[in-house]
Amino acid sequence: MSVMSVSDSDEELYNERTALVPAQNPAVPSYRPDPELSPTEDSDSKTAGRSGGRAGPDPGAEPEDEEEEPLKYGAKHVIMLFVPVTLCMAVVVATIKSVSFYSEKTTQQLIYTPFSEDTPDVGRRLLHSVLNTAIMISVIVVMTILLVVLYKNRCYKFIHGWLILSSLMLLFWFSFMYLGEVFRTYNVAVDYPTVAMVIWNFGAVGMLCIHWKGPLQLQQAYLILISALMALVFIKYLPEWSTWVILGAISVYDLVAVLSPKGPLRMLVETAQERNEPIFPALIYSSAMIWTVMMANPVDGQRSETGSDEEAELNGGRAEPPSRRPRPVTEEELEEERGVKLGLGDFIFYSVLVGKAAATGGDWNTTLACFVAILIGLCLTLLLLAIFRKALPALPISIAFGLIFYFSTDFLVQPFMDNLANHQFYI
Amino acid sequence: MTAAVFFGCTFIAFGPAVSLFLFTIAREPLRVIFLIAGAFFWLVSLLLASLVWFISVQISNKESASQQKGLLIFGVVLSVLLQETFRFAYYKLLKKANEGLLALSQEETMPISIRQLAYVSGLGFGFMSGAFSVVNILADSVGPGTVGIHGDSQHYFLSSAFMTMAIILLHMFWGVIFFDGCEKQRWLAVAAVVASHLLVSSLTFQNPQYVSSLVPTYIVMFFMGIWAFYTAGGSLRNLKLCLTCKDKDFLLANHRPR
Repeated sequence: MSVMSVSDSDEELYNERTALVPAQNPAVPSYRPDPELSPTEDSDSKTAGRSGGRAGPDPGAEPEDEEEEPLKYGAKHVIMLFVPVTLCMAVVVATIKSVSFYSEKTTQQLIYTPFSEDTPDVGRRLLHSVLNTAIMISVIVVMTILLVVLYKNRCYKFIHGWLILSSLMLLFWFSFMYLGEVFRTYNVAVDYPTVAMVIWNFGAVGMLCIHWKGPLQLQQAYLILISALMALVFIKYLPEWSTWVILGAISVYDLVAVLSPKGPLRMLVETAQERNEPIFPALIYSSAMIWTVMMANPVDGQRSETGSDEEAELNGGRAEPPSRRPRPVTEEELEEERGVKLGLGDFIFYSVLVGKAAATGGDWNTTLACFVAILIGLCLTLLLLAIFRKALPALPISIAFGLIFYFSTDFLVQPFMDNLANHQFYI
Repeated sequence: MTAAVFFGCTFIAFGPAVSLFLFTIAREPLRVIFLIAGAFFWLVSLLLASLVWFISVQISNKESASQQKGLLIFGVVLSVLLQETFRFAYYKLLKKANEGLLALSQEETMPISIRQLAYVSGLGFGFMSGAFSVVNILADSVGPGTVGIHGDSQHYFLSSAFMTMAIILLHMFWGVIFFDGCEKQRWLAVAAVVASHLLVSSLTFQNPQYVSSLVPTYIVMFFMGIWAFYTAGGSLRNLKLCLTCKDKDFLLANHRPR
């Protein structure tokens, strides 16, 4: 039986990526000759390093912001997370329903789930899925702890290399596979040079956007796409019962890792907070917007805002009062609108749940029910975030709701609705 | 069955609802959240009704077709009653939440009025109800097949689409009337909503005689629409002002010149 090799880093990343964090300002390289005129100082100093895995309220909130209507603050950011989560799930469900490759039964399995589920005996199958889960979760735990140890010992280069390798694989290899399957499904003949160019461009721009700089929306789009690709790989290669048990187990792990004092994710967050550093961009989806604010003249207090990417722009053509010596472009300050961050692992596991619901059974009611359940779970998590104002795990509530609704819709609602549709009764 | 049937039925069923969503709800995050929460409440009510129906089927005689049909009718009635119960529960939850939020925030006015909530929650119920009724049918309409090859009606897809549209709009109207009835303690309005919901569902028992089920449903929808319009504060004068673009409040609120 051939095995599918998945980068190790992917596995553990999927746990690092499991959490909701408050927005935080990135390290601001601002040169401020007049510190009292800097408006972002407050938020900078209050910025807590965020953890990859928590949903936290924005620690950089100015005092008056906290007195602002909490619901309006919460509602906008809930929607800012609803949209990408919905998009990711939509991509996964659309792929599952159209490209049969991802829902075909396969004898290939990941090396992390070596026990096959081909046995007709229910007890044995259950045992195998539990064993698979145990192996997978322990791999994830080991990787997480490894990551935390590396981070604590400041082996940044190693971690960055690891992340770059895993995103390389996702952006090039998995997307090549995906493109191939889509072409196969629609019976489109495409030559290799075209595919090479498409994949090269897609991958190169993706690497730039995720690991370096790029327009925020492009970065968000790429993060959504790689989450969807990873979710599709999981849906294809994880055996059925193992998937459900893994989903349950990983929610429990997420809860423990983020909330317990010795949990690896919590330690990661706290270390990042102490050092006042951003957590790796490849692990977190950020809903915030970045503005570049330029101080044209500190004495004038004149400010021009350009909402753009993080690229600082030199503006040589400012109008200045003739009495003043022209100064070269002075400081640029980065001000980040408050936002919430969600780990990529959350995207992946939400999409795995909905995608698996779409793949098994072929019934749209189940898919819809899981979708609504996950969104409501996310909403509740964000509500808790607004109340507790610290990093929270984003998986448990959503996955719990998703699993409950999947099984109950599949077993209870489906026969009822089928019967109603047969007679064309409407409720 | 072709793509034409699929797209046609989809747009018939969801056209009004989606346009309502796009024009009035999509831009306001709070309304979207309450819409999805309303959909969730409808889902939970359906879950409970299915559970009861499932248990009753398991303990019944599975061979007897008439008994099964009777159980199905019982399931429908139970589901309708549960839906309205959950609508009431959602109303209570929203009232509590609104009070809590008002206390929490420093402003004097609520960020979203109870009337808007009524509209949004009704539409949420409608979306979910319509989706669950018709999505599987639409998915089947894309594939190959012949409608009514065994002697059933040829208009299955079209009638389903029209019925779904009526149900979605009806849920929205019911939401408005129901919440207003609860607000003003007018239990007659609430009872009328429950009764008309039961009526509409019972009318579908006559399918596939579509004339006798669709036409009365649309009449009920029309009357409910008018009732909801007046409940929400509309009047002939308002309507005239709105249609001739002379409604100053509306124009001011949308920053448009007259």
